[in-house]
Amino acid sequence: MARWTPATLEADRWETPTARTLVLSVPGWTGHRPGQHVDVRLRAEDGYTAERSYSIASASAPDRLELTVQLDPDGEVSPYLVGDFAVGDRVEVRGPLGGWFVWDTTAPDPVVLIGGGSGIVPLMAMVRERHRTGSRALFRLLYSLRTPEDRYYRTELGPAADPGVDVFVAYTRTAPPGSARGPERLSVADLNTHGFPAEFAPVCFVCGPTGFVETAADGLLALGHAPDRIRTERYGAGGRR
Amino acid sequence: MSTPATHLDGNVLAGPLSEVFAVDVTAAERHCAHCGDHGAFARLRVYTDGPGLVVRCPGCEVLVLRLVRTPRGLVLDLGGTGCITLPVDD
Repeated sequence: MARWTPATLEADRWETPTARTLVLSVPGWTGHRPGQHVDVRLRAEDGYTAERSYSIASASAPDRLELTVQLDPDGEVSPYLVGDFAVGDRVEVRGPLGGWFVWDTTAPDPVVLIGGGSGIVPLMAMVRERHRTGSRALFRLLYSLRTPEDRYYRTELGPAADPGVDVFVAYTRTAPPGSARGPERLSVADLNTHGFPAEFAPVCFVCGPTGFVETAADGLLALGHAPDRIRTERYGAGGRR
Repeated sequence: MSTPATHLDGNVLAGPLSEVFAVDVTAAERHCAHCGDHGAFARLRVYTDGPGLVVRCPGCEVLVLRLVRTPRGLVLDLGGTGCITLPVDD
């Protein structure tokens, strides 16, 4: 069984005003596969515990992992992790977990990544692991988010960051000034234009809020992608759990 | 119920079920005896609004399992109606 192990906050980065990347030092951590998650457990002084699942954002590395946590003001765990968790503080983690929503780094198949909001996090781990392992699998990433201010990983997923990774950003509420595409939801036409054709048999990873995942997965099916090539991970309004 | 319950994917069961099973159940294949749905355990629907976790089939919503932590221990209800094939290392 996966054991709970202590994880110490070593550093942090703010992705947006409400999303914080936590760089955790986890002695004994032997790495993970891209797409996997960990359970994080907080323990209050009175012994009360709260657990949530968070996707791993970083590439595999020994003794260390990164999570990006989106603040959910009504949540039980994220307000602490985003607002109060200080460098040097400790939580417990269990993992790496999950063997299904995982990209196989040895597979040469093209990959379509579709992320809604903080659903970008496990997909970022895949992009980073692709880079770390020198994989030549072609990636196309479709990133749906409300406004430019909500965008994570701006530099790494910026223009021409990696010739093997095409990035398309769909803004749903406010688009940056001068952009050709107005704010609108990610459509089947977007999936068709910016994904890979079904004939290429790409493996498709979709992560985001439940409604977003349903819509994107239905769109992929409508475009002829095989159900067993589509892998999904959803999370509720209360953040990942 | 005033609002429809939203669900998560079976992926989220990996941690809690690791307390019970030695292998990663979320990568297992499940065949539903109730509706014939076939696919990865990770595709199951997980409802977290009640106490513990309630897991249902994506095809017919039949109860697959419940996992609740109580003062007496971890209660696992394998209501079931399905057959699970687990990946194992040789």
